[in-house]
Amino acid sequence: MGAPMKVPAAGRMFMSGNEAVARAVWEAGVGVAASYPGTPATEILEVLANYPDLYTEWSVNEKVSLEVAFGASMVGTRAFCAMKHVGLNVASDALMTLTLTGAEAGLVIAVADDVGLSSSQNEQDSRFWGRFAHVPVLEPADSQEAYAMTHAAFELSERFRTPVILRMTTRICHVKGVVISGERVEVPTTGFTKDPQRWVMVPGHARPRLPMMYEREAALRVESEASALNLIVEGSDRRIGIVTSGPVFMHARDAFPDAPVFKLGLSYPPPMDRLREFAASVDVLLVAEETEPLLETEIKAAGIACKGKDVLPRTGELAPDVLKTGFARLRGEVVPEPEHVAPQPIFPRPPTLCVACPHLGIYYTLSQMRNLLVSGDIGCYTLGAGHPWNALDATISMGASMGIALGMDKGRGPTDANKKVLAVIGDSTFMHMGMQGLLDITYNRGNVTILLLDNRTVGMTGGQDNPGSGRDIHGNDAPRVDFAKLCEALGVKKERIRTLDPYQLPVLFKALREETKIDEPSVIITDRPCVLIDHYEPTQAYLVEDDRCTGCGNCLDVGCPAIHVTRRGKEVKASGKEVDLAFVRIETAACTGCGLCVQPCAPEAIVHADPKKTVQPMQFVRR
Amino acid sequence: MSTITNIIVCGVGGQGVMTATEILAEAALSLGFDVKKTEVAGMSQRGGVVTSHLRFGPEVRSPQVLPGQADLLVGFEAAEALRWGHMLRPGGVALVNTGRIVPPVVNIGLFDYPDDPVAQMRALGLALHSFDATSLALELGNIRLGNTVMLGAMSDRLPFPAQVLRDAVLARFASRKPALVELNREAFEMGRRAVSGESVAV
Repeated sequence: MGAPMKVPAAGRMFMSGNEAVARAVWEAGVGVAASYPGTPATEILEVLANYPDLYTEWSVNEKVSLEVAFGASMVGTRAFCAMKHVGLNVASDALMTLTLTGAEAGLVIAVADDVGLSSSQNEQDSRFWGRFAHVPVLEPADSQEAYAMTHAAFELSERFRTPVILRMTTRICHVKGVVISGERVEVPTTGFTKDPQRWVMVPGHARPRLPMMYEREAALRVESEASALNLIVEGSDRRIGIVTSGPVFMHARDAFPDAPVFKLGLSYPPPMDRLREFAASVDVLLVAEETEPLLETEIKAAGIACKGKDVLPRTGELAPDVLKTGFARLRGEVVPEPEHVAPQPIFPRPPTLCVACPHLGIYYTLSQMRNLLVSGDIGCYTLGAGHPWNALDATISMGASMGIALGMDKGRGPTDANKKVLAVIGDSTFMHMGMQGLLDITYNRGNVTILLLDNRTVGMTGGQDNPGSGRDIHGNDAPRVDFAKLCEALGVKKERIRTLDPYQLPVLFKALREETKIDEPSVIITDRPCVLIDHYEPTQAYLVEDDRCTGCGNCLDVGCPAIHVTRRGKEVKASGKEVDLAFVRIETAACTGCGLCVQPCAPEAIVHADPKKTVQPMQFVRR
Repeated sequence: MSTITNIIVCGVGGQGVMTATEILAEAALSLGFDVKKTEVAGMSQRGGVVTSHLRFGPEVRSPQVLPGQADLLVGFEAAEALRWGHMLRPGGVALVNTGRIVPPVVNIGLFDYPDDPVAQMRALGLALHSFDATSLALELGNIRLGNTVMLGAMSDRLPFPAQVLRDAVLARFASRKPALVELNREAFEMGRRAVSGESVAV
């Protein structure tokens, strides 16, 4: 670890949109790049970190990553940051003012929208930020364009002294395609020029920069009219002309190879004069854009008649079949019946926590407790809201578990008076935006028990390092934050902070019972590493002795995916009540020996698969 | 028939669906095709549904294979093959691993796993080859070889010689894990044989 890769020579490559952006950032002579992991943008920095001759970092959140990039741009070094759509909400405070100072060396912000919500809490349209911050927006349609537009973004940024948004979506980030790449060109740092009128944004300095920002936007409007990034693909069937951008361009070309298409690459500011000409050349103008009717509204406001969301869906991706349906609707035609078999109703397969995931112990324990109000947060552990635990009552945004818990505590009425308020948050999310919330809890004397799940990685996005892992983006040693000390510094009493092993269910249960009884903030830190990272050490695997299994199903309540039902049955209890039985087996090859399922197994039917193995078994406290 | 080949590879997070499709893409790339590959893989590392779309031909625009468009559907898991059966075009073929991965929602009794996903697909009139790739892999001593078994099974149903795909598989192992080259060659041929004898039942 730590050594940069040998960079493949320029040529024909097969790259995801994320990889293509990383390649172009490196080629563009960027000196500083920062990011916080977030699907679907994570791989951009992950890949970029392997390139030589530039500084890369995992920042603690997206706002910091943008500020780092901005600082580098200010001192004259090309800079880049990447984030998922909701990350730009966090970074927007910086964006909305650095748009006034503008960029010195090229400054590009890649933001990836999760259209269709493959791994996000909402679906939002980052193109709005171009309008809100008055900065240009570029929208690639595949990997090759992601590569080329990254280069174009730096050029545009420096020519107009503006930050540039490179807007991607999941269908760009995670699609692989052929990219013809080049080599890195070093761009010398220009150095910092002291200029408080430009860089120190106090009212007196910011006020004169407002008209400058609008002048820049007007100049970009002229640029957009002339830009080769905005192009028309001619078509013979002029009944409908399509205006589109991003991945929808490719879908539209597949769905209607004969329709004329106006493709927006520099989509903000839109080239309204050329759009007007295009509209005049077709019978009907259809704006095909994913999520918000943004261009549609602007085109209509410019007095150009068009169709859009009246025939196309407001949410999700506009795949070719979706476009075809919308087209048929627009023409008043019947949508042809599909020639394929009908989709079959089948069980869902939602994502699950991993075999032996340390979070299993936490959610099992919470699911066994009554009268709780539990706010959750963003990460793998959001899955605790699902089956079999149903252990979370709320999740909205990064770090929000803290404020929500305090609000529930302060706002609860008589019906909730006897409940215990808890917040569940992961290590990385805590550092991202949770620390401030905890400070708010201690400062305002909230009665909240916080479960801080320290698994030493950013789990959900694939195990990136963070200040809690003690390793930097290259895997090299880095200062490791001490969560107990940090919580103490944020005002939690030392005796109210415990660090424990979430595999030890009785210990965890006792700690939770005691801390929730005390009317002041407390923090329970769990310290098992994620099973997917190399800090994790498997121990002796288990199996179920079939003749001892009574079918009680207690182990299934743990929720480990290595436990499978072999047969079901029914039993009539002495009370006359009929109960369902589920006899189980353990997939021993997958089992890591965490022992979580062993602890609730009353008949002690779960035993070590191979007691002769030299690897140490997990030691745990029996009830 | 379209000049573009459309393939869907489906399975469960962790089975190697994405890697297999990647190797398939490398084979197509080596012949100079334009290639696009896309995944629908929400939180795929967590045991969820994974589908990988691969399209190649002279020029590929949209990366998505649409329902009724797939020439080949490769199911790494039986119920997943059934889930995506509607992706096959009329005349398309499914290759199905009969191995099952039962999710926790079935184990805790919220949903049922289909009694016989392969029979259900046949009843729908889908043309398919089914075989137990998981057991074949275990025969060779490593469940991870299931991936290569599946690639072998695909290899005679592509618009290029099976050898091109085998070379892509072996090249990958030669550069990353040379000790495993021979074992993978065997797994690949096992997959080929597994689907060569059986006629496609319609």
